[in-house]
Amino acid sequence: MTSAQETRTTQNAVPPIPPTKKKFELAYALRSNAVPLFFLVICVIGAYYSGLSLPFLLNEIVVRMARNSFLVISLIIPILAGMGLNFGIVLGAMAGQFAYFATVNWQIAGLWGFTLTCLLSFPLAVFFGWLTGKLFNSAKGKEMITGIILGFFANGVYQLINLYFMGNLIPIRVPEMLIPGGYGLRNTVDLKIMHYALDNLWKVRISIPGSIMPIVVPVVTIAVIALLCVGMHFLFKTKLGQEFRATGQNRHIAEVSGIQVDKIRILAIIFSTVLAAWGQIIFLQNIGNMNTYGAHVQVGTFAVAAILIGGASVSKATIGQALMGTLLFHTMFIVSPLAGKNLLGNVQVGEYFRVFVTYGVIGVALALHAWQGKAKRKT
Amino acid sequence: MADLENNGLPRESMGERIREVVKDFGIPRFIILGFLILLIVAAKVLGLSMPQLLGSILTRFGMNGILVLAMIPAIQSGTGPNFVLPLGITCGIVAMTLSIELDMTGLSAFLFSAGFGALLAGIAGYFYGVFQNKVKGQEMTVGTYVGFSVVSLMCIFWTLVPFKSPEMIWPYGGSGLRVTITLEKRFAGVLDNLFSFDVMGVTVPTGLLLFFALFCVLTWLYMRSKSGIAMMMVGSNPRFAESAGLNVNRLRVLGSVLSQMLAAVGIVVYAESYGFLQLYMGPLFMAFFAVASILIGGASLKRATVTHAVIGTFLFQSILVVSMPVANLVVADNLADVVRIIISNGIILYALTRKEAGVDVR
Amino acid sequence: MRDIQKEYFGNRVLKGVSIRVEPGKIYSIVGENGAGKSTLMNILFGMPVIHNTGGFSGEILMDGNPVRISSPQDAVDLGIGMVHQEFMLLPGFSIAENIKLNREITFPNMVSRLFGSRLQSLDIPAMRRDSRKALDRLGLSTLDEMLPVAGLPVGYMQFVEIAREIDKEKTKILVLDEPTAVLTESEAEVLLATMRRLAGEGISILFITHRLDEVLAVSEDITVLRDGEQVATLKTGEASVSRLAELMVGRKLEAVGCDACAPSPKGDKTLLKIEDLRVDMPGERVRGLDLDVYEGEILGVGGLAGHGKIGIANGVLGMYPAEGKLILDGKELPLNNALEALRSGMAFVSEDRRGVGLLLDESIETNMTVTAMQCQEKFLRRMGISLADGGAIRRHALKMIRDLDIRCTGPEQIVRRLSGGNQQKVCIAKAITLEPRLIFVSEPTRGIDVGAKKIVLDLLVRLNREMGVTVVITSSELAELRSICDRIAIIYNGKLEGVLPPDASDVDFGLLMAGEMSHSRKEAS
Repeated sequence: MTSAQETRTTQNAVPPIPPTKKKFELAYALRSNAVPLFFLVICVIGAYYSGLSLPFLLNEIVVRMARNSFLVISLIIPILAGMGLNFGIVLGAMAGQFAYFATVNWQIAGLWGFTLTCLLSFPLAVFFGWLTGKLFNSAKGKEMITGIILGFFANGVYQLINLYFMGNLIPIRVPEMLIPGGYGLRNTVDLKIMHYALDNLWKVRISIPGSIMPIVVPVVTIAVIALLCVGMHFLFKTKLGQEFRATGQNRHIAEVSGIQVDKIRILAIIFSTVLAAWGQIIFLQNIGNMNTYGAHVQVGTFAVAAILIGGASVSKATIGQALMGTLLFHTMFIVSPLAGKNLLGNVQVGEYFRVFVTYGVIGVALALHAWQGKAKRKT
Repeated sequence: MADLENNGLPRESMGERIREVVKDFGIPRFIILGFLILLIVAAKVLGLSMPQLLGSILTRFGMNGILVLAMIPAIQSGTGPNFVLPLGITCGIVAMTLSIELDMTGLSAFLFSAGFGALLAGIAGYFYGVFQNKVKGQEMTVGTYVGFSVVSLMCIFWTLVPFKSPEMIWPYGGSGLRVTITLEKRFAGVLDNLFSFDVMGVTVPTGLLLFFALFCVLTWLYMRSKSGIAMMMVGSNPRFAESAGLNVNRLRVLGSVLSQMLAAVGIVVYAESYGFLQLYMGPLFMAFFAVASILIGGASLKRATVTHAVIGTFLFQSILVVSMPVANLVVADNLADVVRIIISNGIILYALTRKEAGVDVR
Repeated sequence: MRDIQKEYFGNRVLKGVSIRVEPGKIYSIVGENGAGKSTLMNILFGMPVIHNTGGFSGEILMDGNPVRISSPQDAVDLGIGMVHQEFMLLPGFSIAENIKLNREITFPNMVSRLFGSRLQSLDIPAMRRDSRKALDRLGLSTLDEMLPVAGLPVGYMQFVEIAREIDKEKTKILVLDEPTAVLTESEAEVLLATMRRLAGEGISILFITHRLDEVLAVSEDITVLRDGEQVATLKTGEASVSRLAELMVGRKLEAVGCDACAPSPKGDKTLLKIEDLRVDMPGERVRGLDLDVYEGEILGVGGLAGHGKIGIANGVLGMYPAEGKLILDGKELPLNNALEALRSGMAFVSEDRRGVGLLLDESIETNMTVTAMQCQEKFLRRMGISLADGGAIRRHALKMIRDLDIRCTGPEQIVRRLSGGNQQKVCIAKAITLEPRLIFVSEPTRGIDVGAKKIVLDLLVRLNREMGVTVVITSSELAELRSICDRIAIIYNGKLEGVLPPDASDVDFGLLMAGEMSHSRKEAS
């Protein structure tokens, strides 16, 4: 055979790749979005049985989405960078809260106060993120449990600082912040000077026919969230975003290709922590006061549960899933107590149910992740 | 790190031996030991009642010990520290509430609670063990959240359970059990006060300590038995265990069963000593303190012995007992709580970030 | 590369290897597993594992100038591209993204001007164009560069890796490490044709393999490595399959013989009959093996890496899924049952000493005795429940330490601290403790230095002569098999190729290991 013929026959010997079919079948769509669909059903049932009026419900949903979405989106980068669910965003929330202590102490009000709080929290959040990232690098493969324990540990240190150093080592000018006795922050720190600092900038009222209450939409807050989404989208079209994704898929291959894996991982956590800090600041300006010793504690758990409910997994997450998850999680949060009361005669059951779902969703997602990881290793 | 073939030294020198002991013991544990000594000295200086402190230490030591022993089968069988301890604890609590509902008192109530609780926990441990075999590699994380889920699910249970005993239900109607139930008239102190005696002002809860000692001995015996050694082989190197003909999955399930059973007994002992039964969110964080205790005692994520449990429980509880009054006098109250959180979670963090030699990073 | 030497943990893995590669030529390096091929390439590519274990000595010259390669990035900058044995492709990325991994084409934007070049946007169209060019150069014009790598057949993945290397403009040398190991025959042919084409364009290729017929088909120069030494450098014209095989396995200068060797007590009685054994051990598949083991003999099992010799013992002793028939002493033995295998008088010393053979964090005495404890109820005291008998364990361990001359500080010493040779003795002691009739030992002297090798082999011979144990040794070192075995079976492609006496000629061994019998049988039919 001539060499030209040889080349042709050997090329034909390799099987051609079938063209990619457009996988749009209903069954596939349903299967891959099973989790959010399931929770959608639960929310609808719960909403029905809660007896809440639709405008009220919609209003509550808008409010909660506006104040929580930022936090949930902060989880995306570590997931895509292969570090799993970053339970360490608690430290970001703490950074934001420390910043608030400063601005409340200096009595800086309104939008200025809010902006200053964001600026102040930035270096603190970067520092916390850096520490967390370094810790995660020492516990590769165990990042999630390390993040959980780190959250507890950091909470302990936070309590130490706020109970004993505030007011003596760290001077506080505003006496209402301290407990009588001279030092130690009160259980509640009033943020009323910055209450709605962001929300009130521009509120649009949409009136629903047949109801007295309009739906109030805090436009600027939503715009900020939209800006974040655009920012994330942009990030993953840059070289840095590519490095995050490569590190997330396979650390070893990324390293051999020249990517500085350890640094990238730390950077991912820093991004996440900073976003969490700002997210907590947005959250608290809506609430108007801070539960000093508790506001940050559940931040990790709720955000993680929300993104998982939205359909994300330990290794893959999109902005859409984060937003959808926030919507579903908080709807469930609103309707559960009343649904519990109307269905089972007990408000408590409803509340416990939502706690159970929160923890259960995370447990299931983690189990699935481990199970799939095992199956992948077998092949 | 190759020793030479012709390593003529038959024994390591004294200096090398000491260095190895220190390295094995770990810097953080020395820090903790140092901290404890510091506290004791401070207590003496501040004129606190040493006999009372010692009595408290002994009581808390006996009270928490079995919960820490529960870590051993889990760690030895290779599933890591048992973060899903609340499962077994819940079984124990269910048994205790049942004993109250059935109007049992005294030692028989205690033994019934422990026994029936262990039975329930064994069954639960079996099913969880089978599930756990499917999530190899993430046992700690999954366990934490399953534990949380169990506790919150049980909250629903406590709210709806049709028990009638007046000691347990809300006094003015409303469904569900109370959050805290006193065991004064039931079996509080049955062990503590058994054979207890005073020496130099210290009240020794003999019954409690004997009961803990009994379980220490049982655990130790089990770890030296054929089955216990099989479990150790599975946890140390599953492939080695396979090559010796062992069924790795079965032994991991056994580890889960034993761990939850000890947890159930442990919570009954805890409640007996404490005098109160805590329902609802009470057990939520109990796993973490047990994990921290055994790690402080020298265990690692893959290896734990009875000695570790005993030392760790003693160190951890001593720090709690002594730090509270010292802190109250020196700084302020509530510091003890914060100290407890920082120490226990700090030690777990340390264990998580240690490069365990030879373990491949998952 | 000139006079490259490399030590690993005190074991000299490479003992002075020199290679000269000319532009546009294909240069092959052949050798057994453990001969040093991969280590040599790791050095050339600046892999971290080399530097974390003490570096190497010798020098590398490019175009006559000495160069330092301390990281994969350095190698890439010098124009060295490497396609590793394990695939280095990210499954979630597209072909184009993989080709351009960490060398993406970007353009600046508003944000990057403020915050740094890392935030420059990816220029996807430009990346696609480059990938398209690389793929076309390899003759893959129908392959869509935007496809995710995850679904590609293995043959295509190999090509994507090569595309990535040739996309790097500076690439002058392409190193291919066992590229055909996972390809089918037709895919391999396409690869070889592509290699020829690339060489024709001026790229030099370093081809690492142990498939001897491929070597002869494409290369101009061949170097044979054995045990870290450069045994020969030939031009293709001077070489043949059998000559290469002979060089790869040839006799070492020092014979690792056995002193005071009484003739072995073998008869002709078959102790173990293996029929049509198939074992699914990744990398060492057994595909239908028939073998008889005579009572009292020392049987050697040899063959090239990856052809299944390691899989045999693993399959017989239940470590990997197996099918077929085992007949021990006339009775059929169930497969996939480690417990039954142990209980019927067989024992196994695994090739993976640290991974399977030992509990690294336990003491010597524990390691020696627990297997026997679990499957033969030894070392137990029955007092209601079976408790470990510490005294019996200690006594036995002391006896073994004495008999096998294990250098340690005592039976309580943690096994991790022992040297390789002593660890191996502990593994053998573990097997002896079972008092078996038949011992399978895999790679007994791997990773052990020369002095200890002889001791371990002597041990096995003593086991056979003094205690009458039948021994089956699987080893990639033909020399050691020839020094102590009564018969040697050679495995090729998962099947028995032939059985030779130890004094058969090098050529005969070479031919069997290269599968010449199978090939000639195939050609004949």
